[in-house]
Amino acid sequence: MEAHVERLEKVWAEPAGIVSFLTSVDHKRIGIRYLFTAFAFFVAAGIEALVMRAQLARPREGLVSPETFDQLFSLHGTTMIFLFVTPMLSGFGNYLVPLMIGARDMAFPRLNALSYWIFLASGLFIYSSVPFGLAPNDGWFNYVPLSEKAFTPDKNIDFYALGLIFITISTTAGAANFIVTIFKLRAPGMSINRMPLFCWAVLATSFAVIFALPSLTVANTMLELERNWGFHFFQPAHGGDPLLWQHLFWIFGHPDVYIIFLPAIGIVSSVVPVFSRRSIVGYEWLALATVLTGIVGFGVWVHHMFATGLPQISMTFFSAASFMIVIPSGIQIFAWLATMLTGRPVLKTPFLYVLGFVVVFVIGGLTGVMFAAVPFDQQTTDSYFVVAHFHYVLFGGAVFPIFAGVHYWFPKMSGRMYHELAGQVSFWLVFVGFNLTFFPMHVSGLLGMPRRVYTYPSGLGWDAYNLLSTIGSGVLAAGILVIVLNVLWSLRRGAPALSDPWGGNTLEWSTSSPPPHFNFPVIPIVRSADPNWDLEDRRQDALRLERGELLLVDGHQTLATTVLEGEAEEELHMPSESIWPFVLALAFSVVFFGLLLHLYGVATLGCILVAGSIAGWHRPQRELQDQ
Amino acid sequence: MTTVAYARRATEPTTEAAPRSASNGWWGMVLLVATEGTLFAVLLASYFYVRFKTSGGWPPDGIADPKLLRAFVMTVLLTASSFFMYAAESGIRRGRQRALVLGLGAAFLLGLAFLGLQIWETVVVARELTPRTDAYGSLFFTVTGAHSAHLVAGLLLMAWIQVRAWFGVYSQRRHLGVQMAAIYWYFVVAVQLAIFVSLYLTPRI
Ligand code: HEM
Repeated sequence: MEAHVERLEKVWAEPAGIVSFLTSVDHKRIGIRYLFTAFAFFVAAGIEALVMRAQLARPREGLVSPETFDQLFSLHGTTMIFLFVTPMLSGFGNYLVPLMIGARDMAFPRLNALSYWIFLASGLFIYSSVPFGLAPNDGWFNYVPLSEKAFTPDKNIDFYALGLIFITISTTAGAANFIVTIFKLRAPGMSINRMPLFCWAVLATSFAVIFALPSLTVANTMLELERNWGFHFFQPAHGGDPLLWQHLFWIFGHPDVYIIFLPAIGIVSSVVPVFSRRSIVGYEWLALATVLTGIVGFGVWVHHMFATGLPQISMTFFSAASFMIVIPSGIQIFAWLATMLTGRPVLKTPFLYVLGFVVVFVIGGLTGVMFAAVPFDQQTTDSYFVVAHFHYVLFGGAVFPIFAGVHYWFPKMSGRMYHELAGQVSFWLVFVGFNLTFFPMHVSGLLGMPRRVYTYPSGLGWDAYNLLSTIGSGVLAAGILVIVLNVLWSLRRGAPALSDPWGGNTLEWSTSSPPPHFNFPVIPIVRSADPNWDLEDRRQDALRLERGELLLVDGHQTLATTVLEGEAEEELHMPSESIWPFVLALAFSVVFFGLLLHLYGVATLGCILVAGSIAGWHRPQRELQDQ
Repeated sequence: MTTVAYARRATEPTTEAAPRSASNGWWGMVLLVATEGTLFAVLLASYFYVRFKTSGGWPPDGIADPKLLRAFVMTVLLTASSFFMYAAESGIRRGRQRALVLGLGAAFLLGLAFLGLQIWETVVVARELTPRTDAYGSLFFTVTGAHSAHLVAGLLLMAWIQVRAWFGVYSQRRHLGVQMAAIYWYFVVAVQLAIFVSLYLTPRI
């Protein structure tokens, strides 16, 4: 047994050092990088938000100019959506999916590395606009005609459009990787109806990505062609239509709300049963609701456009679809509540964040249902009521679960416990700060305060609510600071974590904390949806390790199984470290900077580099040896 | 299902027989095609959106209907190439190397011919209609341009697979590369069919 483990160590080990840093394909390292990088962008966008709140603290404040304010909210929104929430959840997915399904890596480890490098490169691409004062400034949905050359001649919009096309490559590749991993690499016996709900959520999200992102790519490509190459898509004077942008954007944008929200739900569904000390109630219903949410999300895009004057009948259809989304959300809320009420809840930090999520999300859901009524929407559109609503949904729906996940999986990832008291303090600061920041915005919105204004006159009754909001954002920031300090402190000083500090039900808790490079010394065999609670099965795994069965020690190996039943099928050889993903991401950066600066020679060179890196990546040696 | 039976089946991966279900690479390619297919669906939807928002004729006033003959020939050539691709793929599934090499070669040449005609077509159309003319021109060239880009990628992929086929890399059991190239190529062909119907035929009805 010792010998087997040693051999695995040798096969999977990635040495320390810069080379290994650039070539690593270990999904755990990549996952953690995703988490850190996305969090850094969260901090950046948070600082932008604090500056905005400072500017809005009192009427006629002059901290920033109107132009800067435009850039602040645009960059804040764009960063939060594309560079924080989505990649943060990819980070969790990357780290956890292979562990949860009992695999040793993702289906395409090198593609996985590529996704990360492109995410990093595109984020830096967008942020390279900041030192030049050219950050995107037309809001996160970048409506034409304002974003056209005639009205925004500078490169602000090009940073936005090219940056988003760039990051789409990363997100799409990541989604395809998740789908194949979940379909093909589950441990034997993990039929699709025994898969952890987190994996269901990642699966549904990934499908939504596959079908939603092309629309964003098309919209931004058209915009670039129009701005820089003289094409016409959105200008009525040339036979185009500005509403085309809005349709294309929201065909992507609404599913994107669920792309953000579904993995967060997956985190909640992971935490709830463990801290309620029982299996989740209504597993099938939750899985179904997850899939339904992903699908119905595509039917609702027009509700972002109720104020544009579409034909009545189509408005009615989309209004109905918007109401319908309430059904799967309702199912989920009730399943979680039922689990909590019939279990024996343990109020640790992750669970507190989940409770906070439920409260905030229900409020956000209620205001959301209000919008689904067309007349109400037309009254409040573009007011601070909307800002309040989407922060309840996005912060409540995604950031609370993310913080739950950070605390819940911290011991697994680091091998140490976080500080519980500090965790609880952070929760209360975040919860109170959040509501103090965003609840008053409902009121100021109903009192008529429009969104995206850099200042306002006094005497409209908005002053107190804005001041409260700004104070709230300070409290919120303090809470987030406590989380950061807790993580930094615990990484060094935290009590050592056992492999399973929470009594978790999924497979990641069956291996050590942090897991070895190869995840599992022996591929587990699974017979229920709570595999880590099946003590007998885990004992069998240990016995098989003794006997030397199903170890797969000849190279980077894992087991492929069938899509639905999860029956063992063949041993797969996975690719190991490679520099090409990093090189390819660099090559793509050359292309995008070339396009941005109108250096088309450079862009062409970049394309050649891209083709060359792809060829280098696929140098056939390996496969030839196999055969 | 008893534990014992299950554990036995699970611990003996069927490495000998060909896998029963589709492999990772197959799924990866299918997902790539799904997302790229969506891209073209969105492009064509934009085309129709602008068209139905345009009052008056289509193509807009003063622009002639697209000519059918060359586009028709192109579509036929490309469709034919997909049959050769199929012959290559089903050939190697039975272990026939010759069928593989010849099929791939024919499909590649037809694709190349298509590309030549596409360039000719673009030059001819561009005499009276450019992307800068109006939204119609922009959409026309964006759609066909995007397709050409995918076609070139498909040709490069095929050339690669081709060369490897000459060296006898593929066998009855291991020919995932061929399968993947074929899926991609069928996709390129299907998009051309959609383009022919949407951009060339529908303006005439
Ligand atoms: C950390 C606490 C946060 C604070 C204090 C904050 C504050 C703000 C403020 C003041 C605005 C500008 C409103 C306006 O002028 O119209 C804004 C806009 C926005 N925020 Fe946040 N926000 C926070 C977190 C988030 C998060 C976590 C997300 C998404 C996941 C997010 C997404 C957005 C979006 C999409 C916009 C709209 C930008 C636009 O108008 O184009 N925010 N936020």
